[in-house]
Amino acid sequence: MLSLAIAKLNDFFAALAAKETLYLPVDNDAGQAQYKKWAEGDTLSQALNTVRSAKDFFFPQTENLVDFKVDGKKIEVIDPRSESEDFVVFGVRACDARSFTILDKVFLADPVDSYYKSRREHGTIITMACTKPEETCFCTLFDIDATNPEGDVRSWMTGDRVYFEAITEKGTALLDSMKDLLTDSDDSAVESQKAETKKILEKLPFGKLKMDEFKGENLLKLFDSPKWASLSEACLGCGTCTFVCPTCQCYDIRDFDTGHGIKRFRCWDSCMYSDFTRMAHGNPRLTQLERFRQRFMHKLVYFPSNNDGEYGCVGCGRCLAKCPIHMNIVKVIKTLGVEQ
Amino acid sequence: MQSEMIRRAKELLADGTVNRVIGWKAGEFDYDITPAVFTCPEQLDEGFLYNDFCQANVSKYLIKESRKEGKILAFLKPCDTYSFNQLIKEHRIWRDNVYVIGVPCDGKVDVDTVKQKGLQGILSMQCDGQTVTAQTLYGEEKFDKADSMSDRCLNCKSKKHVAYDELMGEEGEVLDSHRFDMVEKIEAMSSEERFNFWRGELSRCIRCNACRNVCPACTCEKCVFDNDASGIAQKAAADSFEENMFHIIRAFHVASRCTDCGECSRVCPQNIPLHLLNRKFIKDINEFYGEYQAGEDTTTRPPLQAYTTGDVEPSIVYQKGGNN
Amino acid sequence: MQQETLIPKIGVVTDIRIDTPDVKTFRVVGLDGKKLFEHIPGQCAMVSIPGVGEAMFSITSSPTNEEYMEFSIKKCGCLTDWLHQMDVDQQVTVRGPYGNGFPVESALKGKDLLFIAGGIGLAPLRSVINYVRDKRENYGSIQIVYGSRSKDDLVDYQEIIDEWMKDDGVEVNLTIDREQEGWDGHVGFVPNYVKELGPDIHKTVLVCGPPIMIKFTLAGLKDLGFTEDQVYTTMELRMKCGVGKCGRCNIGNKYVCKDGPVFRFDQLDELPNEY
Repeated sequence: MLSLAIAKLNDFFAALAAKETLYLPVDNDAGQAQYKKWAEGDTLSQALNTVRSAKDFFFPQTENLVDFKVDGKKIEVIDPRSESEDFVVFGVRACDARSFTILDKVFLADPVDSYYKSRREHGTIITMACTKPEETCFCTLFDIDATNPEGDVRSWMTGDRVYFEAITEKGTALLDSMKDLLTDSDDSAVESQKAETKKILEKLPFGKLKMDEFKGENLLKLFDSPKWASLSEACLGCGTCTFVCPTCQCYDIRDFDTGHGIKRFRCWDSCMYSDFTRMAHGNPRLTQLERFRQRFMHKLVYFPSNNDGEYGCVGCGRCLAKCPIHMNIVKVIKTLGVEQ
Repeated sequence: MQSEMIRRAKELLADGTVNRVIGWKAGEFDYDITPAVFTCPEQLDEGFLYNDFCQANVSKYLIKESRKEGKILAFLKPCDTYSFNQLIKEHRIWRDNVYVIGVPCDGKVDVDTVKQKGLQGILSMQCDGQTVTAQTLYGEEKFDKADSMSDRCLNCKSKKHVAYDELMGEEGEVLDSHRFDMVEKIEAMSSEERFNFWRGELSRCIRCNACRNVCPACTCEKCVFDNDASGIAQKAAADSFEENMFHIIRAFHVASRCTDCGECSRVCPQNIPLHLLNRKFIKDINEFYGEYQAGEDTTTRPPLQAYTTGDVEPSIVYQKGGNN
Repeated sequence: MQQETLIPKIGVVTDIRIDTPDVKTFRVVGLDGKKLFEHIPGQCAMVSIPGVGEAMFSITSSPTNEEYMEFSIKKCGCLTDWLHQMDVDQQVTVRGPYGNGFPVESALKGKDLLFIAGGIGLAPLRSVINYVRDKRENYGSIQIVYGSRSKDDLVDYQEIIDEWMKDDGVEVNLTIDREQEGWDGHVGFVPNYVKELGPDIHKTVLVCGPPIMIKFTLAGLKDLGFTEDQVYTTMELRMKCGVGKCGRCNIGNKYVCKDGPVFRFDQLDELPNEY
């Protein structure tokens, strides 16, 4: 295992940033963490996690898909992409790291989404183990080990040192290139920190919810549950849960007339929005009940039934913290997860 | 207060005055409370809650609820009654279908404010009126209630109910708040500083529409930002001037109708102080047209919707607007 | 080269046929004058005018047509309004083909086929009808029951009377909703007409039309003794990507753009009723 004094972390960031673009969680004006391109003077946020998830790096909120030049009846199609540059994201938590494997199952499934794939190939993820989980965390429910996150490189911060371990080839290459700054260390400090954090993870209030009911066989039974009415009753129909969620990946494609050409862009969309499924001849999801149900059925039943039982949730707790009316996936699981 | 409210709600359900009750429902922790409609005494016993954590303004739900069969009992805090009145004025709520009980409010504990101050892993919170005691994953913490409230409660404009069928607890007064202090600070900035302040704040917007959807003044059947044909339909959230326009247009649209309930800032996941935009309008309106509080009654026409020959001239607006 | 699913090809509109007051059929080829891509009957493509919109339309020509593709499009929104007012030689963008299509080379092979369509619902079935007409030897009898509001609203009317009705082994039954001058054919709604005709219950059925027509047709077929696993339909939901990722056309664990649009009714029974 390699390590570095926390006091030297800025040197580490500077060395990384000298080679490729480095992003890390930094506190913003509102005192919340958000990913930011590192610049001299930026310090790593002490917050447990960022408000926006790390999905932005691979699936940005808005991206240009294709440009068109229209001249009379003629149309020219232009692929707007230039060569992508390599980048590193530092400080991703275990939950967000798992969200990438869930997003991969969507965007890398046939036919591959080349926009996403290219970003995945160019990005290197350095994850950081959690030490102080929040009450809203429930990653343990999805067999995510917050003390041993996935990624290209995983890291731990304990005492006055940061410890690193490469997981993938990309990660090994990254640590190799930083070896002047790193020293060999034994893993005893990391092991004791893991044990310490695991004791807290054991105490998470939603770490052991009952999930047996959420399976493909129960699709129609769950869909038809009368409980959706009260669950969705107060829903404002905003997109907060969707937009802070690391696994929500629905998108819209729209055209924008720049005045000298058309840009076709894709942007995040939300199944919670009333126009999401609206067509010229009607809307199959007429009320907020149907829209609310869709979001949770997708994460808890539809997605797993197509992906070997893997749920479309990583237990990051963002929707628990951010929903304006405090309705969230935990309350849905608790309400519907009991034998009906 | 809570048990008294449940008792009264049961009475009104039993004597047929109302067939539903809108209030707040307990969550998993003490702070994650959801607005809810209760239809029977059992439901009230099971989950009805009223305490120092019930922040949500339930007035907007009454647009939909008051159109349903039968009368609904609504428990409204003082500031909620202003929204309620404004919605009555705009013919959004059917007054005859709502029975309002005004309930007192001493300011609510805002969990985001508490978390912002560094409290982590909050499993439960209790408030005795002065002190908040939190049990967390990392032990017990105590702090002053005053340190746990958001700006809207710290600068509460009124503890007086402006609409009700009956009142519970002691009625309060309209307060002399410091709610325009921050607006004055922003006004005092140079135009460049001010521009940068708002660009910085608004750059965090993720276009989730929570502010719009929670806002009791945003009740258009079809929002212009949802209209594809408008050319400004929201969706592309690039850090562009367009985002900024979303909030500015919204502020213009609710000007003189916004009661300053502060829900927009409460729900913003990115903690953008959106209420400051509205307060700037309120402050300007007060200066140009005389003191005006939206929602204070159900009849007065909002100054921006009533033309009088005595109205300020645009040039005066320009001069007073701070041309620096 | 990797296939770019979200970047469209350019198509040129070489012919525009007025089918009904609100339906036109557009003939499209690539810039090289050839067909843009091959498809299976029942598959769809995303057609777009940049700056106006992009939407999913079923490819109404048969794959056996080696020269061009056709789209029969009803005027009902922003994009379709634009398409209806454009002229020949206009370029459009096209991407696809998307979806599963009808099982013309498997489950439908050797079967007696009954096509039931209402209004613009004939569009997706026309591709199959012409395919099986061109490969007549692979299929049993063909019966087509087609209805519309009026004679003027019958899509592909000329093709129906000039070609389909003249084919051996093809029975065409037309109906319109209300009596009309110059119409001596059947009058009445499609579901009732199907019941009156009392088709052989061993036939395999392909049905497409407005939701209400499909609902009553299916009920009528069941009354006659048909089972749900004999009846196919094709669905329409809002789509953006066409490749099962944007999440819009999700019904249960299926995506209409990718797992559909063609479903058998017994398959639909396993899905939530949200379409």
